Amino acid sequence: MKDILLHTQGITKYFHDPNTFQVLKEIDLEVKKGEFLSLVGKSGSGKSTLLYLLSTMDMDFEGKLQINGEELTGKSPDYLARFRNEHIGFVFQFHFLLPEFTALENVMIPAMKLGKYPESKIKNKAMEKLDLLGIADQATKVSSKLSGGQQQRVAIARALINEPLILMGDEPTGNLDSVNSRIVFDIFKGLTRDLGQTIIAVTHDEDFASKTDRIIEMKDGKVTN
Amino acid sequence: MKVILRIAKTHLLSKPKQTLVAMLGVTFGIGMFIMMISLMTGLNNFTEDLTKIASADIRMYKDVTEPRLTILDRIHPSGLNQVHSVKPKNESDKIRNALQIAEELRKDPEIVGVAPRLTSQVFYNFGPVKLNGSVAGVDILEEDKLFNLSTKMKAGSLTALMTTSNGLIIGSGLAKKLSAQVGDLLILTTPQGVTYTMKVVGIFQLGLGEIDNVRSYSNISTVQKLLGKDAGFITDLNIKITDYRAAKAKAEKIQSTFGEKAEDWESANATLLAGAIIRDIMTYSVSITLLIVAGFGIYNILNMTIYSKMKDIAILKATGFAAKDVTGIFLTQSLIIGLIGSLLGLVVGFGFSLLLAQVPFDGGDLLSLDSLPINFDPKYYVIGIVFGVLTTALAGWIPSRKAGNIDPIEIIRGI
Repeated sequence: MKDILLHTQGITKYFHDPNTFQVLKEIDLEVKKGEFLSLVGKSGSGKSTLLYLLSTMDMDFEGKLQINGEELTGKSPDYLARFRNEHIGFVFQFHFLLPEFTALENVMIPAMKLGKYPESKIKNKAMEKLDLLGIADQATKVSSKLSGGQQQRVAIARALINEPLILMGDEPTGNLDSVNSRIVFDIFKGLTRDLGQTIIAVTHDEDFASKTDRIIEMKDGKVTN
Repeated sequence: MKVILRIAKTHLLSKPKQTLVAMLGVTFGIGMFIMMISLMTGLNNFTEDLTKIASADIRMYKDVTEPRLTILDRIHPSGLNQVHSVKPKNESDKIRNALQIAEELRKDPEIVGVAPRLTSQVFYNFGPVKLNGSVAGVDILEEDKLFNLSTKMKAGSLTALMTTSNGLIIGSGLAKKLSAQVGDLLILTTPQGVTYTMKVVGIFQLGLGEIDNVRSYSNISTVQKLLGKDAGFITDLNIKITDYRAAKAKAEKIQSTFGEKAEDWESANATLLAGAIIRDIMTYSVSITLLIVAGFGIYNILNMTIYSKMKDIAILKATGFAAKDVTGIFLTQSLIIGLIGSLLGLVVGFGFSLLLAQVPFDGGDLLSLDSLPINFDPKYYVIGIVFGVLTTALAGWIPSRKAGNIDPIEIIRGI
């Protein structure tokens, strides 16, 4: 029996614009440590919305959210920002790298924000992460000059730099070709297998989902299995 | 907060042209401010110096124009009195016990010098020329202490006046009009018809036409003789104090102590100094306008930057930058623009001020001035930089706060 890392209770959310609409209905969820979980469902099923809630970026909901035993509902935005910085890594469909910075700097920025280590140490750690993702040779390139697959890998390295409790992916392979998709998936798989990294990924890709530890399917704001 | 500074720096350097334009806006505003304030305060100081040449810090005199109560008013102060055709009393403008008052005043540590004076209207006759003017009977050494006369002598000397009982030191303009030289004899005629022969022992130039063209200095006793008055007859006491800025308060004190009218230099030259206030208002209003324009420039550029950096802001917030960090990134950019722009502005302003100080300016007969008076007081440079940074901070703060409040989910969803 592994530890429960993330726990939600009765999460309900409404969109008010343009009409009041219930996106999430009473969602109870438990994610165990080291689990590779995929959230699937059709467009509009609320899976992305749920992920944003779990990531603490959107705290406008009813219900309770606990991560690592800590109750996060009702915390201040600044506290949550700090919490995200330290404990949650994010990978999006688009890489969202800062275009003026090099790949290495992009990876370093969240760690420098955290300020836990001196810059030289952060640099070493960032190089380690880039090396882990097989793009150490691209470290000094400006991020806008990299290919799509490389950019996404830099983004994954950035998500991992602060050794987060949970890595969250919002369609992490959604914008990649099949080769790069497989590379990214293999990276994710390796992270859970070798490092015990907990991953929650929203995906459309059934092939991707089928290879994860657990699939949570959503329909009309409810978990169906 | 090093990372915030670094991101701000990278943003600025990745668009050098835009950054430069924003900076130049501030530079121009501050440069103009420095240039204008240097010229305007230079002019103000110059007028102030001029008034200081002509008037002492405080002048004590008998004010015969002060309204007097009629006898009826004094006897029935509560009555409804009506007195027709009130005429001024024949009052002497002599200050009673002037020399004793002067002695008393000299004991005050705040008072540097007291110069008694007796002035009379005269006609100067030299050969066929007749000129209207005034002669001031002074204690020349005290006068020198107050007005630095010895540095303003063009010919002759002050001490010669003390050894020559009918000596006269005349203004340079007067000397020119009369073509009089040191050693010449002038005939002075008073309004009472008394004529007196005086010997020119010196020529002074204060640099103020209205004085140089009419005034001459003589010994008090000589002027007293000229007017047929006794030895205690003094009409003015000129007082110099340690801090001339405090003249107003000191004048009031002296007036209430001695009961004679004491007027400070600012009140005596109110019309001249009124220009200073107008110049100050002009300078500040033009400078503030320029800075507001520069501020709008920064506001626009920052707004554009933020608009183009929406994705960056979203990811920064997703990776744990709080609203205040994001605000900090953009506010830092605007402050860097403001600080460098203002510093450049100071340099530009200083350069233009140096150039202005070379501009020839003819003061005419009235003023001895050959180029524009420019003030290089560092105080205004401090004001300039504070002004510049404050404006940019304000202009940057509005869009920066907006950037801080961007909802990352909206941006991420929207793509």
